[in-house]
Amino acid sequence: MAFKHVNKGVRRVDAYEKVTGKAKFGADLEFANMLHAKVLRTEYPHAEIKKIETAAAEGMPGVKGVFTAQDIPNNLFGVIVQDQQVLADKKVLLAGDGVVMAVAETEAQAAAALEKIEVEYKELEGVFDPLESRKEGALKLHPGKDDNQVIHHPLRKGDVEKGFAEADVILEREYTTQFIEHSYLEPEAVVVVPNEENHLVSVYGSIQNPYATRNAVSAVLEVELAEVRVIQNHIGGSFGGKDEVVSAMAARAAVMALKTGRPVKMVNSREESFTESYKRHPYHLTYKIGATKEGKLTAMEIEAVADSGGYACQTPFVTWRSVVQATGPYEVENVKTDTYGYYTNNPYTGAMRGYGSPQVIFAQESLMDELAAELGLEPVELRKRNMYSQGSVTASGQKLERHTVSLNEVMTKAMEAIDYKKKYEEYSGEQPGDKKKGIGLSISFRGCSLGAEAIDAAASVIQINKDGSVAVYSGLAENGQGLKTIFSQIAAEVLGVPMSEVEFKELDTSFTPDSGSTVASRATLIGGNAIKDAAEKLKGRIMDFAADKYDFKVEQLELKDGFLYDGQGNRLATFADLTGEMGNTGILMSAYGWYKSPPISWDEEKGSGNPYFTYVYGCQIAEVEVDTGTGELNVINMAAAHDVGRAINPENVKGQIYGGVMMGLGYGIMEELEVRDGVIQGTNFHDYMIPTIQDMPDIKPVIVENPDPDGPFGAKSIGEPTLELGSAAIANAVAHASGRRIRSLPLNLERVLIGRALHKGGK
Amino acid sequence: MAKLDVEITVNGARHKLEVGSQERLLDTLREQLKMTGTKEGCSVGECGACTVIVDDQAVNSCLVLTAQVDGSEIITVEGLESKSGLHPLQKAFIEKQAIQCGFCTPGMLMSALALLNTNPTPTKEEIKTALEGNLCRCTGYQQIIDAVEMAAEEWGV
Ligand code: FES
Ligand code: FES
Repeated sequence: MAFKHVNKGVRRVDAYEKVTGKAKFGADLEFANMLHAKVLRTEYPHAEIKKIETAAAEGMPGVKGVFTAQDIPNNLFGVIVQDQQVLADKKVLLAGDGVVMAVAETEAQAAAALEKIEVEYKELEGVFDPLESRKEGALKLHPGKDDNQVIHHPLRKGDVEKGFAEADVILEREYTTQFIEHSYLEPEAVVVVPNEENHLVSVYGSIQNPYATRNAVSAVLEVELAEVRVIQNHIGGSFGGKDEVVSAMAARAAVMALKTGRPVKMVNSREESFTESYKRHPYHLTYKIGATKEGKLTAMEIEAVADSGGYACQTPFVTWRSVVQATGPYEVENVKTDTYGYYTNNPYTGAMRGYGSPQVIFAQESLMDELAAELGLEPVELRKRNMYSQGSVTASGQKLERHTVSLNEVMTKAMEAIDYKKKYEEYSGEQPGDKKKGIGLSISFRGCSLGAEAIDAAASVIQINKDGSVAVYSGLAENGQGLKTIFSQIAAEVLGVPMSEVEFKELDTSFTPDSGSTVASRATLIGGNAIKDAAEKLKGRIMDFAADKYDFKVEQLELKDGFLYDGQGNRLATFADLTGEMGNTGILMSAYGWYKSPPISWDEEKGSGNPYFTYVYGCQIAEVEVDTGTGELNVINMAAAHDVGRAINPENVKGQIYGGVMMGLGYGIMEELEVRDGVIQGTNFHDYMIPTIQDMPDIKPVIVENPDPDGPFGAKSIGEPTLELGSAAIANAVAHASGRRIRSLPLNLERVLIGRALHKGGK
Repeated sequence: MAKLDVEITVNGARHKLEVGSQERLLDTLREQLKMTGTKEGCSVGECGACTVIVDDQAVNSCLVLTAQVDGSEIITVEGLESKSGLHPLQKAFIEKQAIQCGFCTPGMLMSALALLNTNPTPTKEEIKTALEGNLCRCTGYQQIIDAVEMAAEEWGV
């Protein structure tokens, strides 16, 4: 198929605003009469609140109010489990829980007021390790729950006892992963305006999921959804991170806006952001794998324990994704998987790009290399003997047949891109000196979109104005990934208009139907289909009208470049004239689009069913140099091959790959949020290092396209798969180079040198 | 708090201002002059989102007091576009898809501008050195490097 706009690296529609400084982010917003608010957060990971003294703060200059949990209509919220406190009431459950908030004429006055507040705590013993938290007799953390378990997802397939009996080789290994900070460059910011245009409150700001935030604010205020309006502004990165933490912020600001009758702005400093935001889940993973001496897997038994921290947040769903991906993309007859999440008094953990897959992939793809070594097979060979191909059946019993299973293709293409075979052979030989090179790979399959987590549907609205300009609204939100551009391309493609005629409008929950959250790499796939649906409805109307007017059959007509053509290539009318005339004759020139994903199924007791309607496949390869004298690790080259179905915008896909690979590199070799007895050690970028431009390896992105029958123009997902593979590939390359197998992330200097962390917070 | 009189030129326009003795240049730009293109990401000089050019040098405006730059010429992201259109760097950032969320972009542009002003034909390593104080969590930096290389080429012509 020849495309006009789709499958092209067209420029971002939001680029102009972003290169000129005109783009308004949360902290840039101002409203007349606006107040500023700050939150006092506890330093204790677990304590009873005995007394709060606010009188002195209330008398401070400029202060308009000081509020506690008592002032919050409904203090508990949460997307899955409603256990998160807007402000801590009787107990603080993690260091960083907000306790009191103050609103004043200026930010400095609000901050000064916090200094005058006295909170008396009774410190309680805390639980800081999920492996402790799960023990019988462990201190119970959440009132009303008789243990600390947030969730348990079992999966049972075949008979693992039998599978291990058939094995010639059995390996048992433990792996651990760390807390990770999202490190979106823009700290959280919201402004809540009361009583604007018939809404009780309007919430503006850097909000990842406007509908989730609307749900939270309406629940906290105990008002109807229609009274709360959420308008998304430019958002300075999110990666799953600006959901619950921003909802809490919006709810607090909303309470204060209503109490004072004035707009209230809240902006986190970087330190506040580190202290209060949720993190990526650390996992403790135990794998047992059996294989025949020919290298055929016979059984896998897996236990994954996730630290949920003080709140449940997204733990139930994050760990669910782990269950589906825990065995990796391999055919195994006998599988037993148990994934758990437990409360602790650590920082709470939630959604972060990857969502429960990077942890299990690190373990399982490291394990595959360990097994290959044990069997005397090359890593690629062991994978080839077991990986999914067309028609394979997954651990949950799903037959992969609706889409192209392209593991072999992505692996082959990644290997070619980095010259794997030659390098593997070369580095497998003797290397003189301290500096040793190695190369390692990892592969994955990943379910697209929400899967059995929730109803998976999205909406759009497209309006054609009298002059032929096209306004596009989506219920999914731009997070920086390029959604506005992708959706504009899809609308332009279907309607046959130039991109310049398409205007993407900011998301406003009062106008666009609830489409769920912009998560799970679902925007292009689900939201893109909704845009296509609306555009096709309009196109249908236009074609019917034109066929009638010009006396042609619909099939003979074509919309292209802003014109209507007959079959002979003659222009019959401009898009603007044609659609303008339609509007004047009373034809509705706007349409709702809706897309609901194909059916899926899941049996939570057995862990079986078809959890996702389609999957993407990826392979990443890392080439490293390890200085065995100093432990210094240098990632020199990486190749990343991803099947995206169809790249709506290949330049954008490359951007996702570069960005995801670098985030995966941070996860793999440098990042670790050090948490000591529940308290974060170091809350800014000088303590917590993310990759800089100097840490870049040479990255070779490889886009593989096998159009998906259910994707818009065949497109699937790319956001998350890009970061889930890197850490295992690097760990495998390090083992190849140095002979040292590291089973804990990150693979930093001391682990590479002596095999364990030196500092206390590390595992 | 004592107020000081300062005079600074921002993007060619002169401003006589009263500033607090501890007022950061970042706040003067964002709050007094309402130029919010310059961003605040960390406040401690680690992220580069607040980068502006002061007398030809790229600086973190979160670490500079306005009183210290009395009499200086300052360029911010708002000063890049001119009557003749977008600056070659802006065009290159758009062309090379060097932007995702866009929060680091103003600072990146300023660091790149300071580089090209003194070194119009930088090597890849020199570009990396010039941008090493600017964090970006979205792009993985590759397309930013591509953009600076492209701008250098176009500019040279
Ligand atoms: S805000 Fe100035 S360097 Fe980060
Ligand atoms: S584009 Fe988001 S931080 Fe650089």
